This record gives sequence, C-alpha cells and structure tokens, in this order.
Amino acid sequence: MSQATILFLIIAAFTGLSAVAVLVSQNIVRSAVWLLFTLAGTSGVFFLLGADFVAATQLLIYVGGILVLVVFGVMLTAQGPFITMKVGAAEWVIASVVGLLLLGVLVMSMPGPEAFGSSEAAPANAQVSSSTQLGETFLGLPGAMPEANVSGLPKTATAVPRTRVSYLLPFEIVSVHLLVVLIGAAYLARAKRRKGGLP
Amino acid sequence: MSEVSLDHYLVLGAVLFVCGALCMAMKRNAIGVLMGVELVLNGANINFVAFARYNPVFRLEGQVFALFVIVMAAAEAAIALAIVLNFYNNHMTVDVDTAEELKG
Repeated sequence: MSQATILFLIIAAFTGLSAVAVLVSQNIVRSAVWLLFTLAGTSGVFFLLGADFVAATQLLIYVGGILVLVVFGVMLTAQGPFITMKVGAAEWVIASVVGLLLLGVLVMSMPGPEAFGSSEAAPANAQVSSSTQLGETFLGLPGAMPEANVSGLPKTATAVPRTRVSYLLPFEIVSVHLLVVLIGAAYLARAKRRKGGLP
Repeated sequence: MSEVSLDHYLVLGAVLFVCGALCMAMKRNAIGVLMGVELVLNGANINFVAFARYNPVFRLEGQVFALFVIVMAAAEAAIALAIVLNFYNNHMTVDVDTAEELKG
C-alpha cells in the first residue's frame, strides 16, 4: 500500500465514523462535536483530491461559520429535556435496515471505471488545478478550461468539442442570494418586543 | 486495494449521505435535523470534487459547483436556524413532533 492509500484510509475512516457518530449519539451537544470532526475530515478529503481552494473554503465557511451558528443554536435552545431526546428501539431497527438498504443501492449503482471515456489518463498525471485556474474559470478566460470533448456520447457519434463557459453570472446570483438570505435571517431572528405577558 | 480510485471516494460520499438522511428522519431535535442536512450536502460535495479529480473534462467544474453548494449550505443554515429560534420562542420547545399546526 502506498502512502497516499494509507492517508486516504485514515481520513476516510475518521470522516465516516464521525458521520455515524453524529447519527447515533443521543446528546445534541455531542452530535455537534462529531459534526465538527466530520466537516474537518471532509476538508482533509478535499486536500487529498487536490482541491486546495475548496478545502480551505470548507474549513472557513463550514467549520468556522456554519458550525458556530449550529453551536449557538444548541446553546440557545438547550434546556433540560431538549439536550437528550430519546428515540425508540423499534425506530432504530427500522432506520438501520433502511439505511443499509439505501447504502447498498447507492454502492451498487456506482459507475465503473469505464464510465468516462477518457478517465484512464486521468489520475496520476492530471495537472493539479490551482486556485488561479479556478478563478480564471469563474471569469471564463480563454485557456482556463481544459480542451476536451463532451463525454458520455456513444462511441459511434462524432466528437463534440465543449464550449467555453463563464461562471461569473451564477457567482453574482449566488452572492446576492446569500445577502438576501442573511438579511432575512436577521429579520426572522430579531428580538421581539413582548406585549405584557411573559417576563 | 493498492490504488485509491473514484469508487472509494464515492463510497465515502454515500456513507455521509446515508448518515445525513437517517439523521434528518430520526432526530427529534430540530437542530439535529439541520445537522443531517449538512451531512447530506457534504456527501454531495465529496462526489463533486472526486468527479472533478478523476474526470479530466470536469477538472474545474466540479470544484466550482462544490463552491456553490458550500455557499448555498451557509444560506440554508442561517435561515433554518432563524426559523428554529423563532419556533423556540413561540412554542418553548425544539421538538419537531410538536410542529403540527398545519396538520389538516
């Protein structure tokens, strides 16, 4: 086994077991901690796949942002009975059967190595994409995209070169969407003035 | 197993997806349901980046879509937590089984 394989096995086992622990732990605070480990392990998987920028973004936004939000939600609502909410044994049995079946279906339906026409040349010597290339792809600059044909066509069809696309407009839409959502969230969660009633 | 291939990453993504789906279905705490959603999105993200790595045609698109998914997940977490806090303020509980006012 090569070094990369051992590293992948360690990180994948860490991530998968943490995900299972999020599911099975009854205490919501412990679930949050296991979720932290899962998200960090996912970022390690991204680093293994050579996606540096996505991995760094995962660390910043998920581990740094979303998880803090979740922990604050836990702290604001964790009172007595809500910290541990028990689930019945029968539900556990049904859930594990359904989960194993779903996992089996997903694993069975995976594409084999022949699914992509040109994938045999891919793994070892594929040029690792840097964040500069990622930025050029967003801008749609010429030369940022790899020259390639559209994959998935039947063998007899003539090769169709793919067109150059820019992801600038989706990026703008997503950023405006995020702004609107954050304003909406702040509006929804604002402190309300109670009219008399509760202290 | 001598060489890590695409399928190994897809299995990892499937494990995260199944854990998240079961988390959404089983947890009675609303924030636990939210954690399940995060797990599902992470499983999808692993698939995106793995395809980007192993299919040279999508070398960059996979990462671009993974970034979009991360931003969408941030938006979703913010709005869902605001709704949960509002629900807690009105009902003094976070048990999703008690949210049944729309039941016919």
